Amino acid sequence: MFETLLQTLGLARFSLKGFGPLLLEGTWMTIKLSLLSLLLSIVLGLIGAGAKLSSAAVLRVPAQLYTTLIRGVPDLVLMLLIFYSLQTWLSQLTDAMGWDYIEIDAFSAGVVTLGFIYGAYFTETFRGAILSVPRGQVEAATAYGLSRGQRFRFVVFPQMMRYALPGIGNNWQVLLKATALVSIIGLADLVKAAQDAGKSTYQLFYFLVLAALIYLLITSASNVALRWAERRYAAGSREAQR
Amino acid sequence: MIELLQEYWRPFLYSDGVHITGLAMTMWLLSASIAIGFLVSIPLSIARVSRKFWVRWPVQFYTYLFRGTPLYIQLLICYTGIYSLEAVRAQPLLDSFFRDAMNCTILAFALNTCAYTTEIFAGAIRSMNHGEVEAAKAYGLTGWKLYAYVIMPSALRRSLPFYSNEVILMLHSTTVAFTATVPDILKVARDANSATFMTFQSFGIAAVIYLCITFLLVGLFRLAERRWLAFLGPAH
Repeated sequence: MFETLLQTLGLARFSLKGFGPLLLEGTWMTIKLSLLSLLLSIVLGLIGAGAKLSSAAVLRVPAQLYTTLIRGVPDLVLMLLIFYSLQTWLSQLTDAMGWDYIEIDAFSAGVVTLGFIYGAYFTETFRGAILSVPRGQVEAATAYGLSRGQRFRFVVFPQMMRYALPGIGNNWQVLLKATALVSIIGLADLVKAAQDAGKSTYQLFYFLVLAALIYLLITSASNVALRWAERRYAAGSREAQR
Repeated sequence: MIELLQEYWRPFLYSDGVHITGLAMTMWLLSASIAIGFLVSIPLSIARVSRKFWVRWPVQFYTYLFRGTPLYIQLLICYTGIYSLEAVRAQPLLDSFFRDAMNCTILAFALNTCAYTTEIFAGAIRSMNHGEVEAAKAYGLTGWKLYAYVIMPSALRRSLPFYSNEVILMLHSTTVAFTATVPDILKVARDANSATFMTFQSFGIAAVIYLCITFLLVGLFRLAERRWLAFLGPAH
């Protein structure tokens, strides 16, 4: 349909040359990869923030080490390091335990790697957000007899989200753009699809720009979604009048 | 591990005998792109906050494009995309510029960091205290003098914390340079890895070097903040 539209508009030189499905597949791969790693990194971030704010040094020190080391090293270096070492470590583990050989596919290795890296960034975001919740809120919740879990779920978490959202949005944008790097470790994402299509049609420039536009579309759409979420979580708060 | 270090410490730090490689190359990429980005972003950030729509809009569009797409794709477009165009290869000047991987890489990096830096500086100009500008106007400063003596010095100082973040992010972004065959630290690590199969050690050394540069930059920026942002600190 898209092709016939281009033909009738006289834009035949912008034809996808049958690479449309490949590009769509690549886009879907990019979206899947970034959403799953976002989920993993948010979970890791919440755990890490909890550990960093804990009073026990056993939890605090490893969490501090995790955020400092991961955020100090470029994501691509970590990606290559973890991605290529993951299989070796897993084989050593299965050998030591006497289990069967487990092979991890590139996709889950990519999700684990990205999730682990961006978990460190989310840890810092959530730590800052939790610290921004006024102390009196937790004290009031304790006074009402809420348990630890209830305090977090009903009092700290909803308020924390408001402070965390701009940070989450930023991290999401960085994470999404970082998924472009997974083509370097051999995953068939949008960049890889665009490169393949461009190389076989000798229209590398066109297909790369197309890929860039698809990324632009995703980042713009997520900007809109984030603005909506920020409004929703800001309910009941008032901005200072200048 | 020891053999790996003995064999590869030189390329990791400065040279493989023929070319500049490793740390020296990474620092060159970083400083060149940061310097170009900084110089270009100052006029652009002033244009970005202009009240005139047709001055503001092109800059806004530029930052939107470069902040919304991954640097890796920008580099690919600069390095392989543009050179695949017939029109570029036909032009001798463009041909010689885009044939060199180094030029393409620095161009892509400078364009990218310039977009982020422009937004940082524009934000700082926008959050300028209105009293400060009014006082400057009362002293008779107008036009470029207002910007050169009052607005920019103040805006650049206040954007220092955000700018330091951007420089460190740029350091981390220089790692994609190896995809354009530029021999930076990561390229050496990959070569070491494929020659020795010591994956963890090869990339681990690269990670440690990057970590050291990051800490060094953080320390330098902390010193700079102590000097230029002293007026924001608690009163003595």
